[in-house]
Amino acid sequence: MASPWRGTASRWASLLGGLQPAFSPVKQRIIELHDLVLVIITLMTLFVGALLVWVVVRYNAQRNPTPSRVSHNTVLEIAWTVIPVLILVIIAIPSFRLIYYQDRTPNPDMTVKVTAHQWYWEYSYPDNGNLDIESRYVHDEDLKPGQLRLLSVDNQMVVPVGKNIRILTTSTDVIHSFFIPALGVQRYAIPGRTIETWLRADKPGVYYGQCNQICGQDHSRMPIAVKAVTPQEFAAWVEQTKKSAEATPAAAPRLQTAAVEAPSKEIRE
Amino acid sequence: MSATTHDHAHDHHDHKPGFIARWLFSTNHKDIGTLYLIFAVCAGVIGGILSMIMRAQLNVPHNTIVTSGQEWNTIVTAHGLIMIFFTVMPALIGGFGNWFIPLMIGAPDMAFPRLNNISFWLLPPAFILIMTGLFLGESGSGWTLYPPLSLSQYEPGIGMDCTLFALHLAGISSLLGAMNFITTIFNMRAPGMTMHKLPLFIWAELVTAFLLLLSVPVLAGAITMLICDRNFGTAFFDPAGGGDPVLFQHLFWFFGHPEVYIMILPAFGIVSHVVSTFSRKPVFGYLGMVYAMVGIGAVGFVVWAHHMFVSGIDVDTRAYFMAATMVIAVPTGIKIFSWIATMWGGSIELKTPMLWAIGFIFVFTIGGVTGVVLSNAGIDQIVHNTYYVIAHFHYVLSLGAVFGIFCGFYYWIGKMSGHQYPEFWGKVHFWMTFAGVNLTFFPQHFLGLSGMPRRYPDYPNAFAGWNFVSSIGAYISGASVLVFLYVCYRTFTSKEHVADNYWGEGATTLEWTQTSPPAFHTYPELPLIR
Repeated sequence: MASPWRGTASRWASLLGGLQPAFSPVKQRIIELHDLVLVIITLMTLFVGALLVWVVVRYNAQRNPTPSRVSHNTVLEIAWTVIPVLILVIIAIPSFRLIYYQDRTPNPDMTVKVTAHQWYWEYSYPDNGNLDIESRYVHDEDLKPGQLRLLSVDNQMVVPVGKNIRILTTSTDVIHSFFIPALGVQRYAIPGRTIETWLRADKPGVYYGQCNQICGQDHSRMPIAVKAVTPQEFAAWVEQTKKSAEATPAAAPRLQTAAVEAPSKEIRE
Repeated sequence: MSATTHDHAHDHHDHKPGFIARWLFSTNHKDIGTLYLIFAVCAGVIGGILSMIMRAQLNVPHNTIVTSGQEWNTIVTAHGLIMIFFTVMPALIGGFGNWFIPLMIGAPDMAFPRLNNISFWLLPPAFILIMTGLFLGESGSGWTLYPPLSLSQYEPGIGMDCTLFALHLAGISSLLGAMNFITTIFNMRAPGMTMHKLPLFIWAELVTAFLLLLSVPVLAGAITMLICDRNFGTAFFDPAGGGDPVLFQHLFWFFGHPEVYIMILPAFGIVSHVVSTFSRKPVFGYLGMVYAMVGIGAVGFVVWAHHMFVSGIDVDTRAYFMAATMVIAVPTGIKIFSWIATMWGGSIELKTPMLWAIGFIFVFTIGGVTGVVLSNAGIDQIVHNTYYVIAHFHYVLSLGAVFGIFCGFYYWIGKMSGHQYPEFWGKVHFWMTFAGVNLTFFPQHFLGLSGMPRRYPDYPNAFAGWNFVSSIGAYISGASVLVFLYVCYRTFTSKEHVADNYWGEGATTLEWTQTSPPAFHTYPELPLIR
């Protein structure tokens, strides 16, 4: 499956660079709400623009040398107060539904703890034997064919397709933001706090995101790559990663310290 | 106070003190206003140069104009702070506010002329401190200053402290100014000028002053705590010591959200007068306009956490802040429609100030409707901190507030200087700016929707197209500043003198009863308002 980044976006979206196409139910609902709001705001803007053009043309000093003195119209003033309120209600109803849907993981199948560091991501899988991996961006000079500059990483965050995955974000130093546009996910990673969000990838593929809260000099160099695979492939990946972690002694202590750490200034390789 | 002596000698009321006494020790509201405007233009040019550097870097992916991320972050920080605290606020509040509050309410000067002098002179040292932070390259936290990034573990240099202290100074300056404005407007209106006869610009400045008075102390508290965390071992915001980084976000945005209205309300006031003047009609729905501003000011204080939708705040809290934020669209809509209704049936002359005013209404509408999109916490989940936000707030501020500044400049420069601006070059300036800024910021909506994060010196190649377009727009906007400087040059070297009321019957406020430029001391006798 090709990267959704370059994507199978609708023609309009790819022409203008609109929202990335949805690959999760949350993103699907975000797009639906955004489509509604976009139509409303476009009509409003065109309406105001048209009124402006109309008054400038129709009430130009040449065409209308004597100005009227009208400065009140109660009906009109009530109308342009009440109608916007109604429009906002139309937007608000689906909007409230969406935030409650986004909030908590419905029937979580597994949890991935996302720990942000200056400047890489760490993904822990407490439900899969405390598997713990670190994910760093691929330097420009090391890019292999097919890899995307500033998006590809050495170790992707692998998740099974179609499963509700609870994401818990935290950080060990400054605030970062875990942001994957195609999956409709974003939460800050804040030291001393754990924040919940969730995702479910509908299709296998690699979904890219980037750190989205200024976090120091390499803010633009800590991308997120989520690889969604079938549950069977996921199980195989877990086994294989566990084995290679055991084979590498340096990685072993990391398995025990997956819990929240106080901010420390130590810099890991 | 020198005004008292001059009041006894009407014939000599235009006597001016010597250069040093006049400009350094100034207590005259017009001179202080002029100082503020000159300061704002200088700071704006510097902030604009930073914009040009940023857009040049983002022109193409993998660019090397700004090589270090830290350097980039410092530029981003300085650009934001300079434009907010040293360009828009000094121009709209210190500049036009000082010049026209006394003139429009028929007062001889501000209530506290010496306080006014301090308000201005706190700004240059604050600006020097900001520039110190920039040149030391040590204040890379973004203008939002979020800890822990702004704590000493991550920004160890003194540059960060300079930046924080600069905000303290600028904050004191704003506070003193706000007190002065409120006192002046409440107590020094000419006889007969009731609050409901107050010109809209004065109402705008009054609401702005109240917002400053109530919000700036909260920022001052937050940055004091930050300074203590950095230097004196406290841990208000450091989780390692039991502090809470999110607390800072609450405090910052309790200030930060009213702050955006502080920047836009005076522009609302200016645009109202310009629209009315050039339509030769009184403002439509005056009371609605007044209470819309008061409403925006009041609601503006209870929406701050919409900047924190992804900070892990509770879902019910998000629901509340989302609803409260949407409410602001209503008074804003009232203002937009009232301006159009003012023009409706009018006799419109498209002079340069009117172009800026109409341009303001249009770009502010765009910035307003994208604000409605962002207010939806559900959508904000994927556009928070992206270029969509950048586009949104530049539409309301870099276009909105700045169009308001230019609108006021072209409207009042004849009054302030006694010389009229060249109409042709004024229009060139408008159209060039209008094209440039829209080309810069409209494509940023697309970048944001497709997920480009802000404060990035380099981006994935997929974002190259619209970034290129945006940079071209920025260069056009940058060039339009040169046209503005040429307009200034032509205006101030012009030999032509303008009449008292050069806009004719549409201009009805009190400043048009004064000479252009007004006498050094105006209203030795108070005007009586019927």
